[in-house]
Amino acid sequence: MKLLTFRKGGIHPNPSKLSSGMPIVEVGVSPEIRLELAESIGVPARCIVKPGQTVSAGEMIAEAAAFVSAPVHSPVAGTVKRIEKVRDPQGFWREAVIIATEIIETAVDEAEEALSPRSQEEIDALSPKEIVDIIGNAGVVGLGGATFPTRVKLSIPEGKHADIVILNGAECEPYLTCDEVIMCGYPDKIVAGCRLIMKAVGVSKAVIGIEANKPQAISAFRRYLRGSDDIKVVKLKMKYPQGGEKQLIEAITGKQVPEGGLPVDVGAVVDNVATAYAVYDAVYNRKPLTQRVVTVTGPEIKKPGNYLVKLGTSISTLIEAAGGLPENTGKVIAGGPMMGKAMSQLDAHTTKAISGVLVLPASMSVRKPEEPCIRCAKCLSVCPMGLEPYQMMNLSIAKRFEEITDLHVMSCLECGCCSYVCPSHRPLLDYIRYAKQEIRKLPKK
Amino acid sequence: MGVISTTVLVLGGIGVLAAVVLFFVAKKFHVYENPKIAEIEELLPGANCGGCGMSGCHAFAKACAETDSLDGFVCTGAGKDIMDKISVIVGLEAKAGIRRVAIMKCNGGCEQRQIVNNYDGVTSCAMEGTLYQGETDCNYGCLGRGDCVSACIFGALTIDPHTGIAVVDHDKCTGCGKCVKTCPRGLFELVEANPEKPIVWVSCVNRDKGALAMKECNVSCIGCGKCKRTCTHDAVEVADFVAHINPEACVGCGECESACPRNSITHIGNLLPQLKEAES
Amino acid sequence: METKLTVSLSPHIHSHNSIDRCMWNVIIAMIPALAVALWTFGVPALWTVLVCVGGCLLTEWIVEKFMFRRRLTLLNGSAIITGMLLAFNLPSILPWWMALIGAIVAIGIGKMSFGGLGCNIWNPALVGRVFLLISFPAAMTTWPTGVASGLTPTTGASSTDASTGATLLATLNGSNGEIGMDSVEFMDMAIGHMNGSLGEVGSIAILIGLAYLLITKVITWHIPVSMIASAALFSWAFGGNPLLDIFAGGLLLGAVFMATDYVTSPMTRQGQLIYGFMIGFITIVIRRYGSYPEGVSFAILLMNSFTPLINRYCHPRLFGRRKKQRAA
Repeated sequence: MKLLTFRKGGIHPNPSKLSSGMPIVEVGVSPEIRLELAESIGVPARCIVKPGQTVSAGEMIAEAAAFVSAPVHSPVAGTVKRIEKVRDPQGFWREAVIIATEIIETAVDEAEEALSPRSQEEIDALSPKEIVDIIGNAGVVGLGGATFPTRVKLSIPEGKHADIVILNGAECEPYLTCDEVIMCGYPDKIVAGCRLIMKAVGVSKAVIGIEANKPQAISAFRRYLRGSDDIKVVKLKMKYPQGGEKQLIEAITGKQVPEGGLPVDVGAVVDNVATAYAVYDAVYNRKPLTQRVVTVTGPEIKKPGNYLVKLGTSISTLIEAAGGLPENTGKVIAGGPMMGKAMSQLDAHTTKAISGVLVLPASMSVRKPEEPCIRCAKCLSVCPMGLEPYQMMNLSIAKRFEEITDLHVMSCLECGCCSYVCPSHRPLLDYIRYAKQEIRKLPKK
Repeated sequence: MGVISTTVLVLGGIGVLAAVVLFFVAKKFHVYENPKIAEIEELLPGANCGGCGMSGCHAFAKACAETDSLDGFVCTGAGKDIMDKISVIVGLEAKAGIRRVAIMKCNGGCEQRQIVNNYDGVTSCAMEGTLYQGETDCNYGCLGRGDCVSACIFGALTIDPHTGIAVVDHDKCTGCGKCVKTCPRGLFELVEANPEKPIVWVSCVNRDKGALAMKECNVSCIGCGKCKRTCTHDAVEVADFVAHINPEACVGCGECESACPRNSITHIGNLLPQLKEAES
Repeated sequence: METKLTVSLSPHIHSHNSIDRCMWNVIIAMIPALAVALWTFGVPALWTVLVCVGGCLLTEWIVEKFMFRRRLTLLNGSAIITGMLLAFNLPSILPWWMALIGAIVAIGIGKMSFGGLGCNIWNPALVGRVFLLISFPAAMTTWPTGVASGLTPTTGASSTDASTGATLLATLNGSNGEIGMDSVEFMDMAIGHMNGSLGEVGSIAILIGLAYLLITKVITWHIPVSMIASAALFSWAFGGNPLLDIFAGGLLLGAVFMATDYVTSPMTRQGQLIYGFMIGFITIVIRRYGSYPEGVSFAILLMNSFTPLINRYCHPRLFGRRKKQRAA
């Protein structure tokens, strides 16, 4: 069978999936949980608890403050200690609620008993609108890393309609395996979540796109979906950024999302497989999104693996669970090596956006010195968006931001292919990001 | 008629024709420019620093030549005597412009602020500042990558190799304000350089709460307000956990400096000695 | 915390490709052609290559050390490539001091005067070669005797010049079509058994180099293929023999090693096709109607000058644009 893929650009990094096939290990609840209020893209949630107040597991502690905003729930039973600014992985201060966990083990069990799952009849009776509301109230956001509130994605704007739901199981980032383990372990729940999403957006067909290097996940779905024809599993070619939303849509439907457009412009709704799982939990089990699977990995990590973590657990606890920080650590990355953000300190906490914690040894952490551009055009040929990174970097150095806008810099999805291939080790993406930030500050024409 | 004379005639003819055409074209497209503009421009430093508020030295010269009054016209780069000369050219009286200098509001050198991580990327404050907190715990202080140094056309800014933060050479600073626009952390401010009045300023812009600010840097302003209470001229404001001295109200007594428990107030007494000499 | 973490922007991994790697791959790709040159022309060819490479390295070292005062980049291979390419474009019996002048001009004027690697507008080796061609036209077209001319002996082509050999193209250019195509020995041309500049004689060796460059992904097929195809097309259109135009003379050498020079060729695929096409066209025009028997160097240099213009107007197609246009 011919493997589907997107047409333009792309690179083939070494997959290095060290934690592939590792079972999901639950990480113990830490005594203190720090929940960021800005857990999703958009407006930070509005805090609705006060210091000293007790909260139960799954209780909402902050409500959505706008349409593009997601509520935050406490993953544990405990007492709200403080509401103060804490550092995020980049070292910026963010408003957060700090909860002291009480009676660690039993609290969770009791809470789970209290929430009786919805029966199939109840679920069948739900209208699309109700499903979207349940998902919204459960604080489900895109778990691929962008943390776009799922409720917004599922609310199709007036005058547009979706024809297809695409579940993103590409996981094209090297090292990360958190989606793979969920797909191998819970195809039934992901499919159930997928059917809910289909119902919510009024679509009768769905495709689950999985990269060819995850045969177990593909066969797990194929086995489970035998006999049903509403959801198809598609094997995708291994190529980065196959999991980019626009690239995935092109690979599966052959349609290109227009510049500045949304997936729904070509009738597609794309969600991560982990998001579908969260949707299932929210609707069937009435469980809000309070935990996620995080891949902790790295060439020197003793026990690379996939860990089920309560949101708000500190990153150092996670690394401890994976065997501790190696001696020669140079860089700790929140996310994958292509798009993840390097952390300035480990005193940060798990958020909905963190799909992996990648620990790189010092030898892999330092960039090679920059050399002059030899105009080899490799950055052009790998750019999946058809941009000219070399030119945008030159203009960015010269601070000619107006001209970069004409080169469609805002289409850049910051996949990092250009910096990855550059034989001169030029920090192309650094400059492009800088240009994008400066352009956002420019007055709109 | 040999070949040579034909060639000379033809080429010479073309030359003459071209000269005539050029003459008429030059006449037709001649743009009159006030000769004063060129005269003034001659006097200006030609650095195009933009400190006067115009787009460059030519624009300033043009504005001077066309204005009715030299009020508010000041070439920050060259100083008062140039303005006097300009006033002679345009026949208007020049008011003594206020000489300004830039001050840098961070004192957190590497001995005061612990470096907690290593930045590996493009040497640019603008880029480092948008990426993350910076190499130290302080989200507000000088990044030390020298964007201001490359922006300053008068060579008044340097990165101190010992402390790793930017330093203003007040003798060279002309107060053009380039650094104010450049610094991504907004650490520069222009203040009046009055030879009679020392400059006193708070060398910190950290808006974190006191306890945090204390952890982040040894010389951070924690917003305790001691300076405000000490000041007898009502020149100190404390907002967002950081003090700020209003340069217009301040008389430069320096009382607040001795009151500050964090040594975050900087006091330069004998600023611009050469300016003083020039005045006397 | 005891360990200080390193922070930088993504991506955090790299393909481990580097300038050195690209350049050394090109050098490896040139080895077959070099071997053929040594086999055909013997020791003088070796001397020419050594003088050119040495001259280029020396010039680069002097300029970087004493004028730019920056990090030395001798070992990244770019100067070695320039030297080898220059040698490939010279007759093997050229006096050594001329080769040295060529090397100094190539690096000193062709490359360093623009600011070094990545800044030059024209291919440095060709700048050196054309400088020599214009300065010493006689020496630059004096080929060694005793090497097969590429023609069957019966035609007696080499008798037109008793003391030195002649290249096939020169012979044909001068013969006004008297020498028929049937007298050309294609087999000799293919394996390098003919006269000409050092590197251009071994067609098969050059094609091996092309295959190596394509496999290692140092270059893409666009420039060589469009250039050769357009040369063949126009050769046919102007009533020539396409095969002869491709295999005799420096067209292959130019298409594989010189037109594909990263710095001086266009960035986009579309631009590269235009560029290759135009080089092929100009080459054939010079060969047919110009006074020089060979036009590849001039064609490449001409199109090098147009590269910035091509870059200005050829942009890659933006993702999502195709759909819009069809709808409009």
